[in-house]
Amino acid sequence: MKPTDIENPEYFHKVVDCQYACPAHTPVPEYIRLIARGRYDDAYMINWESNVFPGVLGRTCDRPCEPACRRGRVDEEPVAICRLKRVAADNKADVKARMPAIPEQKNGKKIALIGGGPASLTVARDLAPLGYEIDLYDAQPKGGGFMRSQIPSFRLPETVLDEEVNYILDMGITTHFDHYVDSLKSITDKDYDAIFIGTGAPRGRDLKKLPGREEGDANIHVGIEWLANVAFEHTKSIGKKVLVLGGGNTAMDCCRTSKRIGGEDVRVVVRSPKADMKASPWEIEDAEHEDIPIYENHSPKEFVIKDGKLVGMNFELVEAKYDDNGKRSLEPTGEIVFMECDDVLMAIGQENAFPWIERDLGIEFGDWDMPVVDSTTFQSTNARVFFGGDAAFGPENVITAVAHGHQAAVSIDLHCNGQDINERLNPGVNLVTQKMGFHEWTYDNPVTDDDRFIVPLADKQQALSNRKMEVELGFDLQQAYDEAQRCLNCDVQTVFTANKCIECDACIDICPTDCINFIQNGEEDDLRSRLKAPADNKDQDLYVSTDLKTGRVMVKDENVCLHCGLCAERCPTTAWDMQKFLYTVTKAGKDKEAVAPCTK
Amino acid sequence: MSFIRPNIRHPQLKVNEIGYTRADYEGALSTLCAGCGHDSISASILQSCFELSIEPHKVAKMSGIGCSSKTPAYFLGKSHGFNSVHGRMPSVATGANLANRDLVYIGVSGDGDTASIGMGQFAHVVRRNLNMVYIVMNNGCYGLTKGQDSATADRGSASKKGVPNPFSSIDLCETAIQLGAGFVARSFSGDKEQLIPLIKAAISHRGFALIDVVSPCVTFNNTVKSTKSYDHVREHMNATGTFDFVPLKEEITTQYSPGETEEITLHDGSAVRLHKATENLDFSSRRSALNEIERFKEKGEILTGLLFLNPQTPDTHEMLGTTPTPLNKLTYEQLCPGNGTLKSINESFK
Repeated sequence: MKPTDIENPEYFHKVVDCQYACPAHTPVPEYIRLIARGRYDDAYMINWESNVFPGVLGRTCDRPCEPACRRGRVDEEPVAICRLKRVAADNKADVKARMPAIPEQKNGKKIALIGGGPASLTVARDLAPLGYEIDLYDAQPKGGGFMRSQIPSFRLPETVLDEEVNYILDMGITTHFDHYVDSLKSITDKDYDAIFIGTGAPRGRDLKKLPGREEGDANIHVGIEWLANVAFEHTKSIGKKVLVLGGGNTAMDCCRTSKRIGGEDVRVVVRSPKADMKASPWEIEDAEHEDIPIYENHSPKEFVIKDGKLVGMNFELVEAKYDDNGKRSLEPTGEIVFMECDDVLMAIGQENAFPWIERDLGIEFGDWDMPVVDSTTFQSTNARVFFGGDAAFGPENVITAVAHGHQAAVSIDLHCNGQDINERLNPGVNLVTQKMGFHEWTYDNPVTDDDRFIVPLADKQQALSNRKMEVELGFDLQQAYDEAQRCLNCDVQTVFTANKCIECDACIDICPTDCINFIQNGEEDDLRSRLKAPADNKDQDLYVSTDLKTGRVMVKDENVCLHCGLCAERCPTTAWDMQKFLYTVTKAGKDKEAVAPCTK
Repeated sequence: MSFIRPNIRHPQLKVNEIGYTRADYEGALSTLCAGCGHDSISASILQSCFELSIEPHKVAKMSGIGCSSKTPAYFLGKSHGFNSVHGRMPSVATGANLANRDLVYIGVSGDGDTASIGMGQFAHVVRRNLNMVYIVMNNGCYGLTKGQDSATADRGSASKKGVPNPFSSIDLCETAIQLGAGFVARSFSGDKEQLIPLIKAAISHRGFALIDVVSPCVTFNNTVKSTKSYDHVREHMNATGTFDFVPLKEEITTQYSPGETEEITLHDGSAVRLHKATENLDFSSRRSALNEIERFKEKGEILTGLLFLNPQTPDTHEMLGTTPTPLNKLTYEQLCPGNGTLKSINESFK
C-alpha cells in the first residue's frame, strides 16, 4: 500500500467515527471533554456553532454518531453522545453574550426563507451575522417547523425549543408566521437575492383505498397532522382505544401522545416483523416502557364501521419471507384478526409535496415529483432558489437538515457575492501535539471500564398524566462526568513519523488492542491477512508509514485503537505522538474573514 | 498521566488450545524505560507460553536483580515467581526445581546478574544442567545504576558516556557450550520472528537452555559507537538460519531438500526444524558451534539463532537419580517410612 497521506484532512476525520458519521460533523470528543471539565458553556457553543440546536438534538437527535462510536466496537455499548449534548445545554449559563454580533449596517442583500424549521433557521443563523436581511415565512404561529409540530413536549419541552429558535430569530430576522406561502411566484416576484426552501416533507401517507376509510374519517387521523394539532392544542383528547399504524418514530410519538391525552388501550400495529421496524431502538424501548404493545406482521385490511362509526380494524396476518438476496416479502397467511378501537392514527410515512411551486419558474422537477437539487450546493435549476432539509431529498432528520442549511448558506453567500458556488473552501483543520510531559497528556488518556450509564426517567404514572412533562430527566453532573470519561478521544490521533522510528517494538508490545504492526508492505488485502490481530473491518483504514530502515513499514489498523496514548508513552524517540485533530466544516462568510498573518 | 493499561482488548483475540487468550498471560504494566528491549523479550515469552498453551500456574518465573530481573512482573501475572538475590537466581531456581520438577522454570537474568555478580552461580547451574530456560537480557551495561559497562560489553564499544570499554567481554553462549549446556542460542530483542520459536523450543527442551538475547538499553547504550544498539545489531546480525518449532501434535508435512534443513527431535517429542544459512555449522558439535561464533566475531558480526543443541543431555534430576514424583508431593509416610523400614535397611548392611 502507498503511505497514508495524513495531510489529507479526510484521513483523520474518518478516524473520529462519531464526527465523521454526523451529517453536520460536530466535533464530538472535543465537547465531551469540555463537559467532563465542567465547561458546559464552551461545550454548548461548540455544538451551537456546528448543529445550531444542541438542546433540541440532545433530546431528539437520530444520533448517527452512536452506532458509529468506536467504543461500541470494543465495548458493549457506545458513548451516550446524544444525552451528553443535553448536559451541556441544560447546565450552561447565559450564553447570549457569546452569540455572534449582528451588524447594524446590512450588506444590502435580501433573502427569503420558506419554512421555519431547522434547515431554514440554520441558513438564517449563518447569514444574519454577515449582514443579510432575512424574511422567514411559515404557516405555523411559531418557528421551529417539525421540531415543534411533530416532536411531543414530553420529549422536547417547549422552553428548550423556544430558547434555541429565539437565538436565531433574535438576530433581526423578519418573521411572517401564520403565513402559508401558496405560490412561490409571489416570492420570486419580490426583490430577494436568494430564496431558500425548507418546507420539510409535509404530507403524511394515508390509506385512501382501504374499505371504510371515508365512512370512518372522523376517527381516522394522519399521524403527523394529528401530532401538530396536539402540539398547537387544537386536539386535546382521543378515544380510549387507539390503534397506531406504522413502525417509525412518528408512530412511537403518536402512541405515547395518545397515552397522555385519553388513550388507555393504545396499540402499535406494524405490517412488518418487529425487527424490521424503522423506529430508533431507544424510541421503541420508551414506548414499551409505557406499556404500549407492538403487534407485528399485521397488515391493515379494513376499517370496520358500525352505524356510521369506526369500531375497529381488520388485519391480515402476514409472514415475512426472505429470498436468497435477503429481499423481504410479506406473504399473507389468510388469517384475519379484528381489533376494536375508537381512533386510528396512521403513521406510515411522509412524502414531499410542492403544490405551491409553479412549474414555470425554471425549477426542474425529477423523479417522484421532487425538485432537482445539487447535493453539494443545494441549488435548484433556478440559480436563485435553494432547497434544504427534508424538502431537498425527502424525509431525513433534524441534524441532516442543519447540515443542509450550513451548506446552502455557503452557496447563498457565494451566489449573492457573484462568486462561483462550486468553489467552496476546504474544512478547517488543526493538528497539534497533546504532550505535556513524561507520561502526561492534555487529555484523560486512561480508558474507563464503566458500562454506558442509563438516563434516569421521571415517574411513569406522573409522566403519563401530563403531556408536557419531560420523561427523561437527563444525566446529573456526576453521571455526565462518568459517561464523558467513557469517550475514547478518537480525535487525539496517533501520528507516526517514520524517520524517527528505531523499530524497538515497544509500541507493538504495549498496545492493548494489537493495532500496531511492523511488517513487509503489500496490497491491502494481503496486509490485512498478515496483521497481528484480525483486521476485517474494511470500513476502517489501515495507517501505513513510509519505508523504515529495515525495509518494513508500520501498519496500524485504526479499527479498535483506544487512543490511550500508550504507544506514544512507550516510544523512546517520539516517533509516535498523540495529536489532537480538530476538523471544522467551513461556514458561510469564512472566506472573507481576516486571516492572521503567518508568523512562521 | 497513565501508568495503567486499559482493560479493553481486541474483540477478536485468538484462543489457544486450553481456552486462554494472550491477555490471560499478561502481567503488570512495565515500568522500564520507553523502548527498552527487555519489554520485547517479555512480550516474546508471553507469546511463547500462549502459543504452547501452557497453563500459567504451571510456570515459575525466577529472577535476580537488575532491569532484566524486574521483567517477570510484566508477563505471566498468574504464574509463580521468585525475585531473588543479585546473581543468586540459579541457586533459588535449583532449589525450586528440586522441590517441584513438574513446573516450567523460566529464569530471567541480565548481563550483570549473570556475567558479573552471578558468574559463579551461572557456571554451576549450567554444569548441573538444571531443567530450565535461562534468558539473559543482555544490554552490555548496568542500566539500573546509570549505564556503566558490564562484563558482556564488547571491547571498544562505547555507551552514552562515550568512553570505549577497555576490557574483553564474556561470551555467555560460548561459556555455556563449554560448560555442557544442551541448548544454546543467541537472539535479538528486535527480532521476534526468531526469538519466539527459540523460546518455545527452549521450553520444550529438557535440561538447561540458554538464550542470550541482545537487548538494547535505549537510555544508556543505544549510541552510535555501541555494539549493542538497535542499529548496530540490525546491521551486523547474521542468523544461523531460520528456525521453526514444531509442537508434538502437529504433523510434519512439508518436505525440505536434505542438507539445507535439519530436524532435531526434542525430549518431549516436539521438534526444531532448521533451515540452515551456513553449511559450516553442525548443531550437535560444540567445536563447530564455538568455531562459528568466533568466525563471525572476527568479521565484527553477531551470529544469532540456534547455536548448539543436544536434546539427550541428562538433567539434574536424572544425574542425581531423584524420584519421579516431585519432592513436594511426597507424603510424610513416603519420606519417613517408619522404624520397620529403617530396621530392614540397617539389616541389609549387616
